[in-house]
Amino acid sequence: MKVMYFAWLREKTAISSEEVDGAGLATVSDLVEALRAKGARHAAAFEDVSAVKVAVDQKVVGFDASLEGAAEVAFFPPMTGG
Amino acid sequence: MAVRVQEEDFDLGVEAAALRGSGDAGALVTFSGIVRGGEGDVAAMTLEHYPGMTEAALEEIEAEACARWDLSASLIIHRVGRLMPGENIMMVAAASRHRKAAFEAAEFLMDYLKTRAPFWKKEETPEGARWVDAREADDDAASRWAK
Repeated sequence: MKVMYFAWLREKTAISSEEVDGAGLATVSDLVEALRAKGARHAAAFEDVSAVKVAVDQKVVGFDASLEGAAEVAFFPPMTGG
Repeated sequence: MAVRVQEEDFDLGVEAAALRGSGDAGALVTFSGIVRGGEGDVAAMTLEHYPGMTEAALEEIEAEACARWDLSASLIIHRVGRLMPGENIMMVAAASRHRKAAFEAAEFLMDYLKTRAPFWKKEETPEGARWVDAREADDDAASRWAK
């Protein structure tokens, strides 16, 4: 599945998106743990998950949401549009 | 009912005039957000967004407004990219037969847009660039529309 980063998360990971193998990852939390383990940059981006929001297939969900069938997961700070 | 996400500026008057002949509308309410200048020395503001989800989220917000109020027309235009103080950021418009629905729908569109539309603002200041924090007041404003 495609994992995308926006705003300061994108700056911390230093990438805007990447392909991740979802095998064995049941929920968003599982994915976050797997991403944290990728390296220092990813760990820094997810250091404080209370500051991070997530959308699965363009719908905002909680960290306990299932990743079954997910094609796109995006991580971002609270929105500041308008 | 229309949604536009674009880099280009828009003309509030032109957009309002285009909506004026909508159906049986006797009331047209518009709101526009502008890049604040002067305080805090913000030199420029850049709006990042999530292409695909941005349009979908705005359309969903607009559909919600049309379900709650009897609107002849509604419009959301939101710019992205690097903007200077004094420039238009975005606008919402709501047209209805009478003013109550138009005023309430316009406020609803704004409150929901502030918390549910995937945009992120970065300000450039003399001290460096910083990401704008989401405001609790915006969450409070959005939650008052909960049914």
